[in-house]
Amino acid sequence: MAEKARGTFFPMMLLCTICMETVDELGKMFIFLLDALRLMFAGWGQFSKMVRQIYFIGVQSVSVIALIGLFSGMVMGMQLYFALSTFGADGFLGTAVAMSMVRELAPVLSAIMLTGRAGSAMTAEIGVMRISEQIDALTIMDINPMRYLVAPKMAACLLSFPILTAFFNLISLWGSWLTGVKLLGANEGAYWASVQSSLNWADVEGGFIKSIIFGVLVCTICCFEGYYTHTRSGHAGPEGVSQSTTSAVVKSCVAILAADYILTSLLW
Amino acid sequence: MSTAPGIRLENLTIGYGKTAIVSDLNIEFPGGKLSMVVGGSGSGKSTLLKHVLQLQPSIDGKIFFGEHDMDSLSRRENHCIRQRTGVLFQDGALLGSLRLKDNIALPLREHTRLKEEQIMHIVKDRLSMVELGHALELFPNELSGGMRKRAGLARALVMDPQVLLCDEPTSGLDPVMSAELDQLLLEMMRHFDMTMVVVTHDLASMRALADFVVILGEGKCIYQGTIETLEKTQDPYLRRFLDRAPEERHAPRLTMPPLDPAMLKRNCNNFLGEKETVRKGG
Repeated sequence: MAEKARGTFFPMMLLCTICMETVDELGKMFIFLLDALRLMFAGWGQFSKMVRQIYFIGVQSVSVIALIGLFSGMVMGMQLYFALSTFGADGFLGTAVAMSMVRELAPVLSAIMLTGRAGSAMTAEIGVMRISEQIDALTIMDINPMRYLVAPKMAACLLSFPILTAFFNLISLWGSWLTGVKLLGANEGAYWASVQSSLNWADVEGGFIKSIIFGVLVCTICCFEGYYTHTRSGHAGPEGVSQSTTSAVVKSCVAILAADYILTSLLW
Repeated sequence: MSTAPGIRLENLTIGYGKTAIVSDLNIEFPGGKLSMVVGGSGSGKSTLLKHVLQLQPSIDGKIFFGEHDMDSLSRRENHCIRQRTGVLFQDGALLGSLRLKDNIALPLREHTRLKEEQIMHIVKDRLSMVELGHALELFPNELSGGMRKRAGLARALVMDPQVLLCDEPTSGLDPVMSAELDQLLLEMMRHFDMTMVVVTHDLASMRALADFVVILGEGKCIYQGTIETLEKTQDPYLRRFLDRAPEERHAPRLTMPPLDPAMLKRNCNNFLGEKETVRKGG
């Protein structure tokens, strides 16, 4: 009887434990985020650190974003041209590409690329600093590690993500023009006119809001995973850092896609 | 007469989470003296240091810096104590992304209103003290282990600390370099009039430097006092520790026969045999 009861309760207890651990981690992450936001402008010394991070997260990602934007635009131009020309509606190519890129694909794809390029680097950097006692050294020197390490990264993400998304938009529209108009022969005037007429400020604004929220999510998750890499049970040292980096990238991508769905439902 | 504060531990129990590693510590590290905490591996020496530095919350008990109870300090008092406490970590814990000069200058840039020229003057002075005046522009990964430790010491001293805590400063160094670092620590302690607590398992360092010795083992403090009294002790555990005598074993240590070479995936017998022949022949 006791065995049967234990068999019934075990999955429920496991589920409860997982739920409680998830809520606990989300709570810690939220406090971590608030702390980073609070410390972003704590003193003039923050400015130079922010500039360095903007260079790393923003400027150094331009080439990757340009490539991804170009190719995804080219693919979209080609696929949508084939689909629309079946109905003789290739004049709507600009509308279809612009709407899908500006509203959805540009914020999501740039955030995922930035997670891979900058987010993983943030986790690894902070994780290595944690296991080599550099974060302890900062604490001992009475330098708040959150202010010194995390807050400038948060500021850089808040600024870089929307700018890179805007850049992605431009490049992808150009890429789609390249395949749809120049390669497959859609009307150039109709393409640009439909891009211009179909987009309104709410679409652009929505894309920017998404990219800012994705920036906050990526920075929080990646920095959090690195900062608490030493608390990973059974995975101390370099293995812990690699586990944290993997976990940060996976969680960030899932969070981006989940947030994208929620934001799309709320914004439009 | 030294003005440096002492460190007092009252009924302190240390560990991780709720698991105690060392219980009921009642120790007073005297101000202006060099105290050494020694003990076997896993005896809780480094954990004790982390608790004294408030990097880990203690399970029970109190820590006093001078007359200040570390648990009941205001935020401002806590900042003041941290800024006047230097720490030398085992591997220096220098920030990998900064040049040596910026590593040393970091506390000054964060906590003082000194001009950049004044900061660089102090940085050069501290680095010359530890004989690294030539390495200003180098990154930590370009330094040897001994240089990293000396750089860590320079950074720990840059704010003129009243208390210096060192975590195994001589580990991984050759005997000559260990002796040099010991000498350097002693000179710095006298120059800056500091209270110094050094965690080590280097008995030679302990005999050369310590004014006050604490020995941890078996989850408690086994000895505290001067080195002279310690050398005369007849306590079997301490004697074994001081004489580096391993515990007598009744059961044989090696119970397994050597691995059969046939079990290896690649047969290396011929290769090793040839090497042996060549060596014997030579």
